[in-house]
Amino acid sequence: MSATSPVTTAPTSQAAGTGASPGDLSVRGVLASEWTKLRSVRSTVWSLAALAVVTIGLGALVSAVTNNRWRTFSFADRLTFDPTSRSLRGVFLAQLAIGVLGILVITSEYGTGMIRSTLSAVPNRPLVLAAKAIVFGLVALVVSEAVTFVAFLVGQSLFTSPVPHATLGQPGVLRAVVGSGLYLAVLGLLALGIGSLIRHTAGAISTFVGLLLILPLLLQAFPTSVQTALGKYLPLTIIQAMIRVQPTPKAFAPWAGLALLGGYTLVVLLAAGVLFVKRDA
Amino acid sequence: MIEARGLTKNYGATTAVDGLTFDVRPGMVTGFLGPNGSGKSTTMRMIMGLDHPSAGAVTVNGRRYGELPRPLCEVGGLLEAKAIHPGRSAFNHLWCLAQTNGIPRSRVNEVIELVGLRDVARRRAGTFSLGMGQRLGMAAALLGDPSVLLFDEPVNGLDPEGIRWVRNLLKGLAAEGRTVFVSSHLMSEMALTADHLIVIGRGRLIADLPVAEFIAQSSRQFVRVRSPEADRLAAALRNAGASVLSEPDGSLAVTGLPISSIGVEAGRSGVVLHELSPQAASLEEAFMELTHDSVEYRGDLLGDPALGDPAGSIPNGAR
Ligand SMILES: Nc1ncnc2c1ncn2[C@@H]1O[C@H](COP(=O)(O)OP(=O)(O)OP(=O)(O)O)[C@@H](O)[C@H]1O
Ligand SMILES: [Mg+2]
Repeated sequence: MSATSPVTTAPTSQAAGTGASPGDLSVRGVLASEWTKLRSVRSTVWSLAALAVVTIGLGALVSAVTNNRWRTFSFADRLTFDPTSRSLRGVFLAQLAIGVLGILVITSEYGTGMIRSTLSAVPNRPLVLAAKAIVFGLVALVVSEAVTFVAFLVGQSLFTSPVPHATLGQPGVLRAVVGSGLYLAVLGLLALGIGSLIRHTAGAISTFVGLLLILPLLLQAFPTSVQTALGKYLPLTIIQAMIRVQPTPKAFAPWAGLALLGGYTLVVLLAAGVLFVKRDA
Repeated sequence: MIEARGLTKNYGATTAVDGLTFDVRPGMVTGFLGPNGSGKSTTMRMIMGLDHPSAGAVTVNGRRYGELPRPLCEVGGLLEAKAIHPGRSAFNHLWCLAQTNGIPRSRVNEVIELVGLRDVARRRAGTFSLGMGQRLGMAAALLGDPSVLLFDEPVNGLDPEGIRWVRNLLKGLAAEGRTVFVSSHLMSEMALTADHLIVIGRGRLIADLPVAEFIAQSSRQFVRVRSPEADRLAAALRNAGASVLSEPDGSLAVTGLPISSIGVEAGRSGVVLHELSPQAASLEEAFMELTHDSVEYRGDLLGDPALGDPAGSIPNGAR
């Protein structure tokens, strides 16, 4: 191949010819780029497939087992039975899948050095982080909502008379299903923020799992009064309240809990943005 | 055009780049030369806005990198470490970069063609050989058809065919009027590729001069003389105005006297000669001499090369 006459084949003006607003990076272009990145690596597909399988599968399993063991339930158990929350049990595992994906969105760029290509193309770092959060957040939301709906419908279909099943029209049911999907998407964004702060995949996943699962265990070592006072601030408590149709004791109301998680996420993402701008890539 | 003014970078207690001031001009290949750890990569990262200078500033076409409206269309960079996600295909890697700067898909295919990766464009970049990875990095640098190009050790690990390809590419880009800034720690490579040199050591500027000038300065001749009566001959030559150095192998390195006069002096003193041969310091040796005091990590191999009068074991330009 002749290497000496190459680049002239593309006049400089040609690059300027497309949709980008002249003389500036277009937000749309950066969003499109993040979408290309997300869909062009296998880890995305794997994580989302894992999310779907564990959420739907575990929900179905719990529902089927519940259905079979109904005869052994006490009268009190039958009175408080919540078919919605049973079918949404898989959400607890889905937290890990969405968290890992959120983390990888940013740490995989540091791990591979891709971040340097990214920032060479878009030196505006807040724009990069925002575009990542928006694109990943939307994908996470769409997938999570689809998955929680399917998990709910599959789970309910496994309850056979005399076991009661829920319908979306009943009070609190739609909130539980929609809210669980929303919770997952927000949690994924929180994980993305943690990934951006820590920049290493393993470290970020450890931190995320620590905050999500280890913190509640540690809290158990404290007196009940402390547990009651602090427990409701944990993400795990927030999602426990969200998947239940009935009110959950020692927890914030479902939407209030979700707003709290949103608050955490916002703080973490803002901190991540500030550090992203300050640190060397 | 790249302009660095008092560019400085500290990492904790280490000063990686120390008050660098230089210009890199268009229309030629400028070699950026320095021993390992001298701050070349750090300087390149600062030019591209990836690392923040601790002091000073560097601009590209008169602007800081972060202020360039569409950076890929002004600056193309191939950095030291691979900046590629191994799970992404070559096409998608280039396409996600192109999208940010509003560069059309057709241009992505064009640069893929240009670097000869068409047949593997849909393959995951992680499966690429070193040379193919380097070509992909080149494609990314050329994506926006930029007027300024930075290459950090672009021939590292390439085979001779790949090295020649890169060399021709760099020269071609410069011939088109672009600014080409390429780092290396091999003087011999730069002698073949570059028109101008910026030499640094321990983060400081050591030299900023045309390659031709460097070569003229450094290819100082000396004459190697072997004789069983080396000491007597050395004295005679010194009397005749030469400067003479004894080498470890017993030979003499003589400068300041033409080779014929050395023969005459030997004959006049009745000294037997076993060897009388003209030598020239290689560019590599001249470079080592230049950066001698600023080498960060010196192995024992380098020892203490008295490079002013080297043993001449590396023939000029042969490496
Ligand atoms: N991110 C970093 N943190 C701490 N020290 C660093 C960092 N990057 C570089 N350094 C130090 O700065 C100095 C210059 O490193 P740099 O990589 O710029 O040198 P170089 O000229 O590119 O070397 P080489 O020829 O080996 O590539 C070295 O001492 C290195 O250890
Ligand atoms: Mg380097």
